[in-house]
Amino acid sequence: MTDFTAQVPAAEAGFGDYVALLKPRVMSLVVFTAVVGLLVAPASVHPVLGLIAILFVALGAGASGALNMWWDADIDAVMRRTRNRPVPAGKVQPGEALGLGVALSGIAVVMLWLAANAVAAGLLAFTIFFYAVVYSMWLKRSTPQNIVIGGAAGAFPPMIGWAIATGGVSVESALMFALIFMWTPPHFWALALFMKEDYHTAGVPMLTVTHGRRATRAYIMVYTLLLAPVGIACALSGIGGPLTLAVATLLNVWFGVGAWRIWQRDEAMAEADNYAVEKAVFRFSLWYLFAHFSVFLVEAALKSYGLGGW
Amino acid sequence: MSFQVEHEIHKRRFGRNLGVGVLLVGMVAIVFALTVVKVTRGMPLKGFDHVVEPELVPVEPVE
Repeated sequence: MTDFTAQVPAAEAGFGDYVALLKPRVMSLVVFTAVVGLLVAPASVHPVLGLIAILFVALGAGASGALNMWWDADIDAVMRRTRNRPVPAGKVQPGEALGLGVALSGIAVVMLWLAANAVAAGLLAFTIFFYAVVYSMWLKRSTPQNIVIGGAAGAFPPMIGWAIATGGVSVESALMFALIFMWTPPHFWALALFMKEDYHTAGVPMLTVTHGRRATRAYIMVYTLLLAPVGIACALSGIGGPLTLAVATLLNVWFGVGAWRIWQRDEAMAEADNYAVEKAVFRFSLWYLFAHFSVFLVEAALKSYGLGGW
Repeated sequence: MSFQVEHEIHKRRFGRNLGVGVLLVGMVAIVFALTVVKVTRGMPLKGFDHVVEPELVPVEPVE
């Protein structure tokens, strides 16, 4: 008689682990900004084609997330915030993440080309390349400007949405890009201020690690000031209108006040109230972006009734 | 003697297989929908095969 021993892997991935590789929360922001880019563009798209195009933009974003998780598995394992991700947790093998990322990237770009046009597909391909290679592989571990330049990857989706509708790029789509691009640094640096140990432990050269926390507070102030004219320029462009201008002014003043309060504080004050101001500004920054893009959408809807716009 | 097949890992594998199956069916539906929309938008469906078909050649206006 022969004895059989069942070899059961320590951790075998479920379907949800592969979904987690695609960073669904990041995907939701990508979908939202791409949809806004698509809907505010001065061209109409067949609803089925628009839906399919957005689906593959989301898939492309997910693919770049999987490639990022494959490349960054070693530092994800060290950071508290990321150590439960599927690759560092041992549920998904690094090779699987790489394979999934590459395959989904190809599928997403080709299908977007078929559903929309070559410009949108090209922008998506460049976004995946930018996030996976330029940000994850080149910048993230080598320069404290990682967030500044890497922010471009997250800024492309509204431009892709616009290209799906119009087949090109324009001042308006470039302004939407610039809005997310300029918003990313203060948003992430506010996070880095209160997730203080993580980046330090992982050796990622975040501004807080390389230039110190005092300098990071000043940088948040400077970038928030640089962000304000971009928000106002969006409101004055073809996608804006009086309502957008009013909302953008309020949002930028509010964000500016938050950044000022962060700048005025030192570490002792922040420790004393457990980084309450930094956390509040981080949360507000999420609403800032959401409100900006929502008001573009409202303005476009008003325009269709002959109300909004300049 | 009975085999106890319902190990937790079987459930996880079933979930994975089900997920892949649903995705494949979804992909087929997407490609089908894309085709239907493209075909019904009135673009020319007929192209040249191996022989030139005179009715497909655009007529140039005579000066």
